[in-house]
Amino acid sequence: MAIKNKEEALDHVVIRFVGDSGDGMQLTGMQFTDTSAMFGNDVATFPNYPAEIRAPQGSLYGVSGFQVHIGSVEICTPGEDLDLLVCMNPAALKTNIEALKPGHTIIVDTDSFTKKNLEKALYASNPLEDGSLNNYRVIEVAMTSLTKEALSGMGLDNKSITRSKNMFALGMVYWMYHRDMEHTLDFFKKKFAKKPIIAEANSKVLKTGFYFAETLELIPNSYVIAPSKMPKGQYRIINGNTATAWGFLAAAEKSGLELFLGSYPITPASDILHELVKHKHFGVKAFQAEDEIAGVTSAIGASFAGDLAITTTSGPGLALKGEAVGLAMILELPLVIVDVQRGGPSTGLPTKTEQSDLLQAMYGRNGESPLIVIAASTPANCFDWAYEAAKLTLEHMTPVLLLTDGYIANGSEPWKIKSINDMPSISNKKIAAGSNSEAWNVYDRDTETLARAWAIPGTEGFEHRVGGLEKDKTTGNVSYVPKNHEYMTKIRAEKVQRVQNSIPDLKADFNEEGDLLVVGWGGTFGSLHSATKKLAEDEGLKIGHAHFNYINPMPKNTAAVFAKFKKIIVCELNNGQLVMLLRSNFPEFIFSQYNKIQGLPFGANELTQKFKTLL
Amino acid sequence: MDTAVKKYTFKDFASDQEVRWCPGCDDYVILRSMQKALPEMGIKKEDVVFISGIGCSSRFPYYMDTYGMHSIHGRAAAIATGTKLANPELSVWTITGDGDSLAIGGNHFIHVLRRNVNINIILFNNEIYGLTKGQFSPTSLIGQKTKTSPYGNTQPPFSPGVLAMGANARFFARLAGNNPKEMTKTFIEAEKFQGTSLIEVMQNCVIFNDGCFTQYTDKTVREDKQLLVEHGKPMIFGKEKNKGLILNGLKLEVVTIGENGVKEEDILIHNAKEHDNTLHTMLAKLEYPMVTGIIRASEELTYEQREDALTKEVKANSKFTKVDDLFFSGETYEV
Repeated sequence: MAIKNKEEALDHVVIRFVGDSGDGMQLTGMQFTDTSAMFGNDVATFPNYPAEIRAPQGSLYGVSGFQVHIGSVEICTPGEDLDLLVCMNPAALKTNIEALKPGHTIIVDTDSFTKKNLEKALYASNPLEDGSLNNYRVIEVAMTSLTKEALSGMGLDNKSITRSKNMFALGMVYWMYHRDMEHTLDFFKKKFAKKPIIAEANSKVLKTGFYFAETLELIPNSYVIAPSKMPKGQYRIINGNTATAWGFLAAAEKSGLELFLGSYPITPASDILHELVKHKHFGVKAFQAEDEIAGVTSAIGASFAGDLAITTTSGPGLALKGEAVGLAMILELPLVIVDVQRGGPSTGLPTKTEQSDLLQAMYGRNGESPLIVIAASTPANCFDWAYEAAKLTLEHMTPVLLLTDGYIANGSEPWKIKSINDMPSISNKKIAAGSNSEAWNVYDRDTETLARAWAIPGTEGFEHRVGGLEKDKTTGNVSYVPKNHEYMTKIRAEKVQRVQNSIPDLKADFNEEGDLLVVGWGGTFGSLHSATKKLAEDEGLKIGHAHFNYINPMPKNTAAVFAKFKKIIVCELNNGQLVMLLRSNFPEFIFSQYNKIQGLPFGANELTQKFKTLL
Repeated sequence: MDTAVKKYTFKDFASDQEVRWCPGCDDYVILRSMQKALPEMGIKKEDVVFISGIGCSSRFPYYMDTYGMHSIHGRAAAIATGTKLANPELSVWTITGDGDSLAIGGNHFIHVLRRNVNINIILFNNEIYGLTKGQFSPTSLIGQKTKTSPYGNTQPPFSPGVLAMGANARFFARLAGNNPKEMTKTFIEAEKFQGTSLIEVMQNCVIFNDGCFTQYTDKTVREDKQLLVEHGKPMIFGKEKNKGLILNGLKLEVVTIGENGVKEEDILIHNAKEHDNTLHTMLAKLEYPMVTGIIRASEELTYEQREDALTKEVKANSKFTKVDDLFFSGETYEV
């Protein structure tokens, strides 16, 4: 049954590596991603892992996956229909086979298809034998035994040996897609610098997998994916959480302030804390607090003393921070709150994505407590939106809530590296030492932005008290005067509203007018962009896509953009939250909605199908 | 910049706001003692920050002409931690009560002590909720009748000092609310001390818990009921200065000098600086005599000092000085 190997040129492919949560699928996927990016492909990734760190081996709920989409064309999402599925055990096969396109390839480790593992995966019969995979090309490889064989005589323990079988799979995939092994071999040398034998073992297994695929005539095809045409420049692969952290580093340096992070570990936001604790060399003060409330309140204390202060969390943590965020708001101090959204309510789906904190971000505090609310929309642009959050809070002296989500936080893509020199300037409202305080009042406001001045402790003559009690509109002293409370409530709202004057217009991509406007916000950008692009460019339909990054306030021209389309559909990974705001702000329009609440991102196909029903 | 510290008087630290505590409240004593202590500390007025939570005591910052924040219930210690980390040069004071710090803010209270952030905390303990009008607090006594315990309180109390020792407080003082002289002195000592300084004031609430500490603080009994400790001095008390503490097995015992052969040199000498807090805990626990004064003052590195040293070390060894160094480092590639 020898089939002659042939090469096939593709413009993009979607590959998923799946196995037990201890099988190293995330690392395998990241290596393939980095190697492909360095080759010049556009890439997008989607790690999908269970909440349990090491779920029972072989169980269905312990399956961990890493999906990567690479292409010579623009890649906006990690893709959905798989071209290749790499399965390390039966549970991984069972939970992922549905995503594989019929006729496409599965690589399985046959050694893991034991009676026990089949039972754990609730297979009544062995899918490799019962014909249920007849619609796919199945490449059966005894990966575990081949790995053992390759490493025999090296004196490694059994655990270390079986742990490197993921590299066998990676080696095979490298050969199939004409990838160079050099990057990964280098990676081993660095990662295991102190354990050269482990580096050697992993290198050996990677190469064994590669050469095995090369000689194996069972593999019918190898694929060529040309480099993509991305703007020239220096790039790196970055995930959303790292990009968020780096955005704040850049904002601190640009504004000349020290960065203070008060945070408490929570999935999927902890990686921002993990990243910022590394950067003491920039003077970053990253404080792991005793709880979510101390995370935000320590940041408020730091902001009072003049730092660029931020706090990072996910939905449950934001709920705990609510009262303190209201304090920051009434104090009119700069503060950025980052909510990396996950599936809710309550503990919900900690490792899965959702956009269901929008209304909490808008309204999740007692009293009239408006904040600036913005959302990042891709892994790499988390950098820009973190930077923008810092700029807005410092220039407008009111807290900013930045929404990202588990999907873009953990997903990665190429980032055309930005130098600090290319970033817009950031001013702040600090009162300079030596200023005259005679004519100053605590709640004097900038006539344009309504921001008050930032008088920090240590500044002579500006000693003052602030607090959570309503304050007099001028002196900041406690005031129970009825009209003053109404005035202050309105002016705090007006201050947020005036941010409209400094933000760009909303744009409709692909078509500025037409039959259907697709509206989304935040992390669904890639899916909505790809789906709209397909219908607009490939099928010539009159469809446009408008995506919100500024949510409170919304861009000034929002109604004008909406008015150019016959129909509007609002797509969200929640039960309809932005659409609620839009219906309230723009009652003159009719909004359809498309919602998905499965802890998963949108797929392009479900979107195009839905859009077509409206066209 | 001018580095000389002006000569201040207590008036320099009084704000223009009318003080609104109930007439006769011990809070006035604490306020006045603080305003008297600050000019003695040799710190600039603009470098002083008072941060409070919620409760009667927490109105304190409004009455001080320094930087101040009246924040939210229970969180002052966490806010103060952020302020101190942002600018370690500041003199940061937390004003709190038994409800604020031992109930809703219990978590921040123990963690600030554990970390040893160099701030000062004044805990106004009146064994009741005053501002919310008379509910029992975590320091209310068993059997105490309050708005929420009309038949008597069934929740055993915390001893703030013992709780603080459990959280490894490095500085703990307890003071009577009617002893301004001792307060002023102790506030100055607390500011000098490098680390978290906790001062519990036994504060009478004239409205909801009047007389709660009278048995220790009343002028007619205080010398017999309070032991005012001083580092290096024997733990002697009583009108006649003839009572003292000795260690009998694992217990402190009150003895009378001159009786049963007890001599003055048998009395324990107070060592506030001892690292091991066993004896300090026992002193904090005693009810007769009620131990006042600085029970513990044992310095070790503060959280900011540890952070600062580590930051300096990382800076010295890092190849990154600007964010661009980081952004363009490692695995980048050209397109």
